[in-house]
Amino acid sequence: MTLPGLLPDLEVIRKDFPILERTLAGGHRLVYLDSANTSQKPQVVIDTMVDHLERHNANIARAMHQLGAESTEAYESARDKVARFLNAPSRDEVVFTKNATEALNLLARTIVLRPGDNVVITEMEHHSNLVPWQLACERAGAELRWLGLTDEGHLDLSNADRLIDEHTKVVAFTWVSNMLGTINPVSDLTARARAVGALSVVDASQAAPQLPVDVQAVDCDFLVFTGHKVCGPTGIGVLWGREELLNDLQPFHGGGEMIETVTMERSTYAKAPYRFEAGTPPILEAIGLGAAVDYLSDIGLDDIHAHEQAITTYALEGLQSVPGLSVLGPVEASQRGGAISFELEGVHPHDIAQVLDSRGVAVRAGHHCAKPAHARFGVQSSTRMSSYLYTTAPEIDALVEALHHTRHYFKVG
Amino acid sequence: MSDDLDTLYQEIILDHYKNPQHHGLRQPFEAEVHHVNPTCGDELTLRVHLADGLVKDVSYDGNGCSISQAATSVMADLLIGKSVEQALTIHQAFLELMQGKGKVAPDEAVLEDGVAFEGVAKFPARVKCALLSWMAWKDATAQAQTAPTQNQAARIESAHASSRLTSQTKTQGDTND
Repeated sequence: MTLPGLLPDLEVIRKDFPILERTLAGGHRLVYLDSANTSQKPQVVIDTMVDHLERHNANIARAMHQLGAESTEAYESARDKVARFLNAPSRDEVVFTKNATEALNLLARTIVLRPGDNVVITEMEHHSNLVPWQLACERAGAELRWLGLTDEGHLDLSNADRLIDEHTKVVAFTWVSNMLGTINPVSDLTARARAVGALSVVDASQAAPQLPVDVQAVDCDFLVFTGHKVCGPTGIGVLWGREELLNDLQPFHGGGEMIETVTMERSTYAKAPYRFEAGTPPILEAIGLGAAVDYLSDIGLDDIHAHEQAITTYALEGLQSVPGLSVLGPVEASQRGGAISFELEGVHPHDIAQVLDSRGVAVRAGHHCAKPAHARFGVQSSTRMSSYLYTTAPEIDALVEALHHTRHYFKVG
Repeated sequence: MSDDLDTLYQEIILDHYKNPQHHGLRQPFEAEVHHVNPTCGDELTLRVHLADGLVKDVSYDGNGCSISQAATSVMADLLIGKSVEQALTIHQAFLELMQGKGKVAPDEAVLEDGVAFEGVAKFPARVKCALLSWMAWKDATAQAQTAPTQNQAARIESAHASSRLTSQTKTQGDTND
């Protein structure tokens, strides 16, 4: 089947991902629809990491030997690749972290809040862009505010001018919701933050895999994403920030490599990015991430986005053919990303995921670390399918067919 | 694989899921607990009533998958009317079955309908679903057994806490009271 917008080399791309050849228990071919949870890895990422371990492994920046130089060069060139991926004005603005959660915690710990300040987030945040701000506001005696959601799953901006005021220090929000799939108006929100002198923090964990991310175009102050959702390994995330802002923040972790000089009494600190990279960093993972973002850029984020939209349109049609199934979030593919959460009347998400798994279809079930967003729609938990650049229309057919089977298995309807 | 699925979803489990036994929150009770499964968000409020060394009542309300709901129903059916001592033995047997990775053979004389959960032990991700209510019962029973006078106070406090956490749950509980 050919849908308009699908990647023309889809079969070739699929061959880049060895795991897609996996056969599961019962002889079922893997249908991997959990990419918003973590993406699969192309051969080039696997090979790059293995090659580094086999031929170049050494600590970086401290080893005065050939391997040390090669390792440092590989790590720093990963930073260049990420800077290009984000269209960052300077490579020094790219800080490697453990994951997006750590990047957000870094900001919530180091941005200075005072009593009377407020932080504005949204009701659709992943817990990682919610809990750190709750903690920060509790510590500082600042106020946590949030933009609510419309019944259609969009941000409710009707009271945004009242919420984002002259006491707002930070406006932190997700670009694409991991639960509702909603694509938020990033540039509008960063402009609202700027207008009151607040810092904007964008969680691009779900956006970076599937949309062109250009930090200059959206004019944000900080942006984070995680490596393992963009075809890279786990254990590596990215904090991007405007250079002058990063250098204005107090250090987060103290230790080796983040200092200028140390005496027993006090230390002075390196400038970004090293200011925030205390200790031996995840060298191998950063190198793997560099290979991953180059892989995505070679295919083209515009084409990947078009593919996601085509698959999402097809999936929304297919899902809505299942009796008793309701989709959470926007039902227009153009307004959303490739993660689609849904409920199936009479069957608990755990049970749906179990029956689907028995047919090789991998999805996620639960609250997807977005409990408030579920609560907003009166839902305790949901089932989520999420596609990616390697997803095919027949895989969506397999999901829909397995959902019909699930209803039959639980004798619903 | 669908054979495996059938060992997980035994007919007894699906029956209890569709027709839960002893459902609802009832009076009297000496302890009430609220347990959640943080990974999936499943929630359970459970009360125990003990008297004369017997489990007089186990009443509950909650939200969860077929395995967790059926486990609660089977457990209540199994424990009500038993001595606390017998009930703790049954609890232990069920725990061993669930933690046995599919290698422990259940004793039907002890576990009765609980043997239907034998297949669950082969699905590590679902073991916590089956154990949610059993852990809640053990917790509530321990609370009910220690310092009954303090419990009176704890009970009121815990009932209040639970109404804050799950107002829906509480409303339904009240109508059953």
